[in-house]
Amino acid sequence: MVATTGGSIVSDAPLKGRRPVSRSFWATARRRLSQDKVALVCGSILLIILLAAIFAPLITPHDPYRTSMARRLLPIGDARHWLGTDELGRDLLTRLIYGGRMSLFMGFAPVVLATLIGGFLGIVAGYCGGAINMLIMRVTDVFYAFPSVLLAVAISGVLGAGLVNSLVSLTLVFTPPIARVAESVTTQIRNQDYVEAARATGASAWRIVFGHVLANVTGPILIYASSMISVAIVIASGLSFLGLGVSPPNAEWGLMLNTLRQSIYVAPMNAILPGVMIFITSMSMNLISDSLRASMDVKV
Amino acid sequence: MVETQTPLVAIEDLTVRFVSRDLDISVVNGVSFTLAAGEAMCILGESGSGKSVTLRALMRLLPPAARVGGKISIGGLDVTTLADGDLRRLRGSLVSMIFQEPMTALDPVFTIGTQIAESVVFHDGVSYSAGRKRALELLELVQIPSAPRRLDAYPHELSGGLRQRAMIAMALACRPRVLLADEPTTALDATVQIQILLLMRQLQRDLGMATIIVTHDLGVACEVADKMAVMYAGRFVETGSSVDVMETPRHPYTRGLFQSTVHGGMRGAPLDPIPGSPPDLAELPPGCAFAPRCPAYEPACDGRVPDMVEVARAQFARCIRCP
Repeated sequence: MVATTGGSIVSDAPLKGRRPVSRSFWATARRRLSQDKVALVCGSILLIILLAAIFAPLITPHDPYRTSMARRLLPIGDARHWLGTDELGRDLLTRLIYGGRMSLFMGFAPVVLATLIGGFLGIVAGYCGGAINMLIMRVTDVFYAFPSVLLAVAISGVLGAGLVNSLVSLTLVFTPPIARVAESVTTQIRNQDYVEAARATGASAWRIVFGHVLANVTGPILIYASSMISVAIVIASGLSFLGLGVSPPNAEWGLMLNTLRQSIYVAPMNAILPGVMIFITSMSMNLISDSLRASMDVKV
Repeated sequence: MVETQTPLVAIEDLTVRFVSRDLDISVVNGVSFTLAAGEAMCILGESGSGKSVTLRALMRLLPPAARVGGKISIGGLDVTTLADGDLRRLRGSLVSMIFQEPMTALDPVFTIGTQIAESVVFHDGVSYSAGRKRALELLELVQIPSAPRRLDAYPHELSGGLRQRAMIAMALACRPRVLLADEPTTALDATVQIQILLLMRQLQRDLGMATIIVTHDLGVACEVADKMAVMYAGRFVETGSSVDVMETPRHPYTRGLFQSTVHGGMRGAPLDPIPGSPPDLAELPPGCAFAPRCPAYEPACDGRVPDMVEVARAQFARCIRCP
């Protein structure tokens, strides 16, 4: 042990006043996000939709599947059916709330799966480089050749309609772009001095990947993935609209849009309601994603 | 600890080539030196002379395209043939390195304490809290003020000088016997530079480490080094004690280097740079690599690479006109 006497070079005066609290990257991002009004409003909207979807049976006034020929296409503002009824006389408010369950699930689940798979593939490709990188990235490039909607429709068409199949097809659609983001960030990080410094202290490849690379890649991937959620909601609705997603009589926004389409000349306001829900949800998600990007932008 | 028979670091005819499909450059072309415990050596040279690569070769910290030849022996271990697992144990514990740019050499998402503790936990096999305790000791050792608080600081919250101190603390974490420093003060401003150098000098003496410092800054070189090696185009062109080399440089390149340095007493006087630029390492001339720029050039210089000859006691130069 060395004595640090002998005229300490730097001033060792005790720091006075309020102790500045050291904030981590995530704490800083959280604080910035909580000061962002747009993020707060959009977050509240999403939270309301999410809670309504979760507690749907408790808060909805009607049975979502109960049809009534006498009460078909009641207009918005009806005394018993606040948002009117659909072409089979089912309460629209109830069905929109129930539909949120499916639509939100189809928005989040494939993106979460794609983030895990794509993130793993991208980090492996970026860190290993060489032939492994070539193999993984060229395969993802093949998926890139198709527009995402077309690809989702094609895969769902092959697999057949159904919830699980839509989930699989959407996951396949979102994995390549996330893998690409993960790969490019990993390639950048791999050449950073701190990775070499870690290697110089004897860190193994696994420790570098799970310690340094993962910690630094998570931010960019999360930002990108959050912007994918709205796209997933829209594509999932599109699949249902085309009859490739959820099947009737289940409530799902895209499916409702499809069945209400036939009544668009009779009750246009009723027909666009599912579309309005898709719009509000995906836009909120997009704006939150933007705020997330701004709050994670590390400029000290 | 100190070995009396074999020197701690012994490098013999080290060569490094970077080979790829359409590229074959010889970056280091036969570097030999020995270093005992407690000695500080400085490798001096301009950009691209191979000094950083030499340093990195010592812990095999080179990209896969590098082909290393010659013998590297550190603490009796043959680094060139070491298995990956042994190499990882050697890195950080026997040999460790201080990097040039402390901002990028510290991971931005972890605290200083975490990064130091991580290395201690890995090498000493102690618990994380013991690692943190050691990290605190180290921060105090490198004279970081309010060390307990800095332990939880992120790299961006520290000034450049403190960051470099933290970097040094990290390098010292597992009591290395050989410390490598790759231009440790280049990224710092002048007043901080001298503090860091004094600190390194003190630590090196107190801990008895063999130290190799790579720099292009003559001031740094004379401040910290006992021995000095001047490098040009991948070869040492002059070696000796730093006093001898500074006071009586023998090789024309060393002389040119010293003449082209700016210092206080030469206000108003024009600078005297070395004409030309360093040779292309992909196509080195067969003779002396410095010949095209040398003021004392003669046709015999192009014949073959001159040997190192002893020009004075323990001072060697690679020039046909020496001694």
